[in-house]
Amino acid sequence: MRIVVCIKQVPDSAEVRINPETNTLIRDGVPTIINPYDVHALEAGLQIREKTGGKVTVLTMGPPQAETALREALAMGADEAVLLTDRTFAGSDTWATAYTLSKAIEHIGADVILCGKQAIDGDTAQVGPEIAEFMDIPHISYIRKIVDVSIDRLVVQRLMDDGFDVIESSPPVLLTVVRELNVPRMPSLKGKMAAKKAEIKKMSAADIKADENDLGLKGSPTQVRNIFAPEAKTDRKMLEGTAEEKIDTLVKELVGLKCI
Amino acid sequence: MYIKVNKDLCSGCEACLQSCPYDAIVMKDGKAEITELCQLCRACLSVCPEGAISEVKEAADLKETDQGKGVWVFAEQRDGKIAGVSLELLGAGKGLAEKLGTELAAVLFGGTADDAQELIRWGAEKVFHCNDPLLSTFNDEPYASLLSKLIVEQKPEIVLTGATPIGRSFFPRVAARLRAGLTADCTSLEIDNETKNLLQIRPAFGGNIMATIFCPHARPQMATVRPRVMKKGEYDASRKGEVVAVSAKGITSRTRVVETVKEIAETAINLQDANVIVAGGRGMGGDKGFQLLRELAEVLGASVAASRAAVDEGWIPYRHQVGQTGKTVGPKLYIACGISGAVQHLVGMQSSDIIIAINKNPEAPIFRVATYGIVGDVHEIVPLLTKKIKDLKG
Repeated sequence: MRIVVCIKQVPDSAEVRINPETNTLIRDGVPTIINPYDVHALEAGLQIREKTGGKVTVLTMGPPQAETALREALAMGADEAVLLTDRTFAGSDTWATAYTLSKAIEHIGADVILCGKQAIDGDTAQVGPEIAEFMDIPHISYIRKIVDVSIDRLVVQRLMDDGFDVIESSPPVLLTVVRELNVPRMPSLKGKMAAKKAEIKKMSAADIKADENDLGLKGSPTQVRNIFAPEAKTDRKMLEGTAEEKIDTLVKELVGLKCI
Repeated sequence: MYIKVNKDLCSGCEACLQSCPYDAIVMKDGKAEITELCQLCRACLSVCPEGAISEVKEAADLKETDQGKGVWVFAEQRDGKIAGVSLELLGAGKGLAEKLGTELAAVLFGGTADDAQELIRWGAEKVFHCNDPLLSTFNDEPYASLLSKLIVEQKPEIVLTGATPIGRSFFPRVAARLRAGLTADCTSLEIDNETKNLLQIRPAFGGNIMATIFCPHARPQMATVRPRVMKKGEYDASRKGEVVAVSAKGITSRTRVVETVKEIAETAINLQDANVIVAGGRGMGGDKGFQLLRELAEVLGASVAASRAAVDEGWIPYRHQVGQTGKTVGPKLYIACGISGAVQHLVGMQSSDIIIAINKNPEAPIFRVATYGIVGDVHEIVPLLTKKIKDLKG
């Protein structure tokens, strides 16, 4: 089985702070990690390989620094790592990102493609299904259990708001996974050593034969118009006094509003 | 379009560096330079004291777009029940359609003739209805194929759906196929007066800041919208509209839904219907802290919820999570305890009628949305509040 796992390097905390005076993001000193959902996707890929044999390739698109994330994935047990990096990829929205990744996956070759449900920085959950559409293969989102997987049959459970759906398909297929699917393994010491020395394969826009009109900012249908801090409420009351006094005032107010 | 620094005007003050959320400005030979990381957000334009930063339009920006016509709402049904968010979108869609001077239509896959009429009563002027059994249960490929086909035929300018597991899974396929822009998890939609573009507002950067997204050229403009952030329209039992039958001929699927299993997660349902919610964040410190919240919830008859930070710490299961990646709630009373108030959390609860924030940090952003703010230690304040209410109720 040829398994490709798409990962994204994200800031460690989803709670990057804002400087309230300048309304800008404070990103200094925030370390990067593999998007947590993608770690579950990688674990799923490794488990499928253990069952069916084959190869696990981790793929990411990003700046050269994204190599760190790929080495972490190699340390967990991935067989090879591919970094899609090119100045023309910069500014990609989900459409252009998915197009670029799909071109790379076509180049690598895949029977099962795994992605995290969404990335914790963008939270869009769009890139996975879009890759499947570009490759003209089916996708199944929010996988919470892989019941059966082989080269000609796949049965999975898809998490929904009110329960789950059991879905049957067959490779080639793309799956996006949720956290309850598995418990990711820790990288072994041997894995870490090997990952340090491993070669990271680099691919550019030319390598994947992508159409430059579909890449980066140019290929992105959506644009950011502006960004702003959320508005503050104007009618708020900050309660003063000792803890006892604050609670007294609060309870009185709530009784007045018929909340209690 | 791109952003340019006029090097003759740039004084090298570096004011723009801080303003850029994408780290896309660097200093080179004492002058600012925009790198390829630029996302055209324009944040730097206004901060430059020398007026050295400007946007440069290119030929492609001036190109005419075939706008299309009509605002569409994909009406999601599961087990024959129309999702609440679909009705909310009919309310919001009506406003957009009026501003654009166009019609509001709904698209319904599966469901009955009466469901289609119900959508009209909730505000749709037209309903595209396909009642083929292939579409009665949600399945990505046939849903994406048929909706794409309809959009290509009818050319609506805006297509909306709820940011539910269903909408978030198959809308991306449609957008990819049609080369359309799609914005996820919007909390507000507006029409730009000048360009008539749809302005799609959503939390960005893990929810710490809001971003306005738009699609300058691509059509249709697509968005998924968070449940419970828009208001339902007016229900009019006598409203009449047109139902257009849609055939699923030629639509196939490579995935098969074998079974749908219901797991009634009581708390999840309780949360969205709850009148009073007591929520805890990282400031609760652990299981013991959440025990204090449960005691307060008990005397109030409230449900217990949590921020992502508390869920990530493992203090409480995911189904209690409120926020961008959890549930959106709108109770009469929301008591936020030890929650700092990242936008990620705020978007899930700020439509609550009354918000009480308890936090030891007076600068915590949660106070920005609070009706009542108490600066103090949750471990002291919460038990006091519990006791006071208990005494009151005798």
